[in-house]
Amino acid sequence: MNNDIILETEDLTKEFAGFVAVSGVSLKVARGTIHALIGPNGAGKTTCFNLLTKFLAPTKGRIRYKGRDITALAPADVARLGLVRSFQISAVFPHMTVLENVRIALQRQRGTSFDFWRSSKTLDQYNERALALIADVGLSSFVEWQAVELPYGRKRALEIATTLALDPEMMLLDEPMAGMGHEDIDRIAALIKRVAADRTVLMVEHNLSVVENLCDTITVLTRGRVLAEGNYETVSNNPEVREAYMGTGHA
Amino acid sequence: MEQVAEAPLRAAAPARTRSETIAFLIMAAILIIAPFFTYPLFLMQVMCFALFACAFNLLIGYVGLLSFGHALYFGWASYVCAHAAKVWGLTPELAIIAGTLTAAGLGLIAGLLAIRRQGIYFAMITLALAQMMYFFALQAKFTGGEDGIQGVPRGKLFGVFDLGHTMTMYVVVLVIFLGCFLLIHRIINSPFGEVLKAIRENEARAISLGYKTDRYKLMAFVLSATLAGTAGATKAIVLQIASLTDVNWPMSGEVVLMTLVGGLGTIFGPVIGAFVILTMQYKLAPVGEWVLVIQGVIFVACVLLFRRGIVGELARIFKIKL
Ligand SMILES: Nc1ncnc2c1ncn2[C@@H]1O[C@H](COP(=O)(O)OP(=O)(O)OP(=O)(O)O)[C@@H](O)[C@H]1O
Ligand SMILES: [Mg+2]
Repeated sequence: MNNDIILETEDLTKEFAGFVAVSGVSLKVARGTIHALIGPNGAGKTTCFNLLTKFLAPTKGRIRYKGRDITALAPADVARLGLVRSFQISAVFPHMTVLENVRIALQRQRGTSFDFWRSSKTLDQYNERALALIADVGLSSFVEWQAVELPYGRKRALEIATTLALDPEMMLLDEPMAGMGHEDIDRIAALIKRVAADRTVLMVEHNLSVVENLCDTITVLTRGRVLAEGNYETVSNNPEVREAYMGTGHA
Repeated sequence: MEQVAEAPLRAAAPARTRSETIAFLIMAAILIIAPFFTYPLFLMQVMCFALFACAFNLLIGYVGLLSFGHALYFGWASYVCAHAAKVWGLTPELAIIAGTLTAAGLGLIAGLLAIRRQGIYFAMITLALAQMMYFFALQAKFTGGEDGIQGVPRGKLFGVFDLGHTMTMYVVVLVIFLGCFLLIHRIINSPFGEVLKAIRENEARAISLGYKTDRYKLMAFVLSATLAGTAGATKAIVLQIASLTDVNWPMSGEVVLMTLVGGLGTIFGPVIGAFVILTMQYKLAPVGEWVLVIQGVIFVACVLLFRRGIVGELARIFKIKL
């Protein structure tokens, strides 16, 4: 067992009624790195994320996280082990404020969540930590906003703050910058770089310049299979990748 | 731009909860004065059903789960309370506790069986379990079958206060109702309530943050069933009878109707809904079976025209929280 590998899959496969969305994927994510999962639309990236976090059960294959087989765990248990995901379609709690969104994550960790007899004012104890996290993603002036009212880029930032509130050892980010403007992209990229200093990040990203600047390792997926893997140089010079992926207009 | 929009939103938050406090004080004041102007027995009945509807609303309005079998907890708590008071000779507060605990136990069992199902399947399973227990109530000896348990003694509260006096009984029901109402308000505005809200807003995200959402839903289900039980048990002492009506499916439907009419997901809605429906049944008693037709029409009107219900519409018009 290699200690430097935090997440590892073996022959991971998912079939939907005969259609193979993910096929025999063996992935190794090294601890402390930013690892990109790229590939054309429908390649199976999101499905992979769903498998890794147990939102879907694999048809075949195994998943190991920190040396432990997590193939049979429930999704909430995977999160409790410190492997926390975000969603491709921005996942916030729309009719809760920015502050409340982040507090929900803090509250889970400190474990008062079944206390139905206490006032929700007791949640104010998390405000300090929550406000720090909110400041970290540049949302300080939106603290009392309902999440639904935020512009798209800010929603993604809130999602990252909420994920960070759990202080996860490993984050899975599904297209964290999709639909953002330049400014937002730069800010979120810098944020990811900063938070990745002491954790591992696996991210799906279509924006190749972001991938180039941010990611240590890249895995290219097409039609559910791993096509190539390596650093940006290796991958971008691979003729098959150029054909299958870059040729499709994403470059 | 960010700075501008911030200020008014900050100011809005405290005002929203103040409207609830004021509404609560008005409700309490009305309930204190009302027995001097109208039949206390009718008012006590309204409070029992209002509590029943509030308990039901905790589940549909704040978790988004439609139980179509809440008569199970209301009715069985009523039976056990009546039996405990009449046959075991327990004091009324102990009899009510016995009924309440019965409902909690039944809620736990039904919840464990139903909670993983979604939408209509959840409603169907809760209905099926309730009907099963209805037939059990029909067959069992201690429930008195078609006759029910009649002549339940009101007894003496703590062995001291004679509930045979209408006003003493009234005060007890008032205290139970207001206490449980405040408890429900607290549940909604607690750390637990916050998680329920998150689950209703985005369950997948709540799971991804490590929440075992089924457990929270189960907890809410048991709390709802328990409080429905308190309502049923109190009613058995007030009306001195427990009968098949309380445990049969039209009772489950009635509580849905009360909640819808008053306003689903509003804290005061079920109270208003219970009052409106009971008043209507009372006034329309002379026209007999037509009550059902009129209720059906109201139900359809609510679903088609006033989705928010009476209190929901008021809250929207005045932009306050109720
Ligand atoms: N629940 C499902 N049932 C059936 N088919 C599915 C399901 N989820 C995904 N698929 C199919 O699996 C394939 C891979 O989908 P997936 O969402 O993983 O792609 P992706 O790489 O994330 O694409 P994108 O870049 O568009 O997000 C697609 O063809 C999709 O239609
Ligand atoms: Mg995707």
